[in-house]
Amino acid sequence: MKCAAALLLLWSASALAQSVPTQAPVPLKPGSAFQPADMRKLQADELANPAMLWVSQGEQLWKTTRGESRKSCADCHGNAATSMKAVATRYPRFQPSVRRMLNLEGQINYCVTERQKSAALAYESDELLALTAFVSRQSLGLPMDVKIDDGARPVYEHGRRIYTTRMGQLNLACTHCHQANWGRQLLTDTISQGHGAGYPGYRFEWQKIGSLQRRLRACYFGVRAEMPGYGSEELLALEMYLAVREKGLAIEVPGVRK
Amino acid sequence: MALARISIQPKAKVGEAVPVRLVIQHAMETGFRVEPDGSVVKKNLIKWITCKYAGRDVWRAETGSGISANPYFEFFIRADKSGDIEVNWEDDASEKGAVSAKLEVA
Repeated sequence: MKCAAALLLLWSASALAQSVPTQAPVPLKPGSAFQPADMRKLQADELANPAMLWVSQGEQLWKTTRGESRKSCADCHGNAATSMKAVATRYPRFQPSVRRMLNLEGQINYCVTERQKSAALAYESDELLALTAFVSRQSLGLPMDVKIDDGARPVYEHGRRIYTTRMGQLNLACTHCHQANWGRQLLTDTISQGHGAGYPGYRFEWQKIGSLQRRLRACYFGVRAEMPGYGSEELLALEMYLAVREKGLAIEVPGVRK
Repeated sequence: MALARISIQPKAKVGEAVPVRLVIQHAMETGFRVEPDGSVVKKNLIKWITCKYAGRDVWRAETGSGISANPYFEFFIRADKSGDIEVNWEDDASEKGAVSAKLEVA
């Protein structure tokens, strides 16, 4: 009898583990939908949105020459409003020429090092954030559309595993908040669905703009887990999984969050 | 790089109250923040901001540690003649910034 009970317990534990849903939440709601009304208003205000300062900076950098090639972004890509439209909806993606996954920051740095022949921009530097925000801004309102092609499949699966794996001293997986409990109250915050379509975005906690990876690291910190480094495989995999999970959600860069 | 964004309607009638909106990119370091290695981040705040309209001082702010990073300001000027709206500021590191816009008054 005891044995049967133990088996039942084992079975229900494994069933529980499997029943953690990994599909996208229904309906998909942007990160701003979980913010107070004043934050939503600030995000929608093109002048007052403080992250627009970095978008303006990115617009200047777009036209500035860099590196040995003495080329600017505009020299190859022309007018960003047309050439960069919908580009952010397709990242992260597998880049066959370098045989690895690149997020938008990675793609920009690929151009900076390979095409402009300059030193790579540091992660979380104002320059890289500004260029990323400026490029993403050209896809404002367009739906995320990241595809899982052959090269991206293992990265996506890696990200999915991280998303559903318990971690940290609080022993929580991403799913426990952002899948099972979104829309509920956690202290003064409403738990979001955990989408990245508003990043790079401005967080008042940071007093500046930050990348999606910085936001992901903040979640690692939140569950008292060791934070992976910027540009690490783990964060890239999570970015990839999130991008697929939020397929169809409109880009709202730069987002404004508490 | 001192960066700012200013927004003002391009045209106004004589006597109209015209809103000026301004955002300045600045960390507004209070001098109380500590880096992970224990070192103190040096205080660096915008000290003053002024606005000139057609050569006359029309608005001035003295800003301190109570003002957020990347501060936003909104104020009104009374339109009387066409001219430049020039905003200038200076911070504790003696770095100066400027941004301007044109107002056409009919």
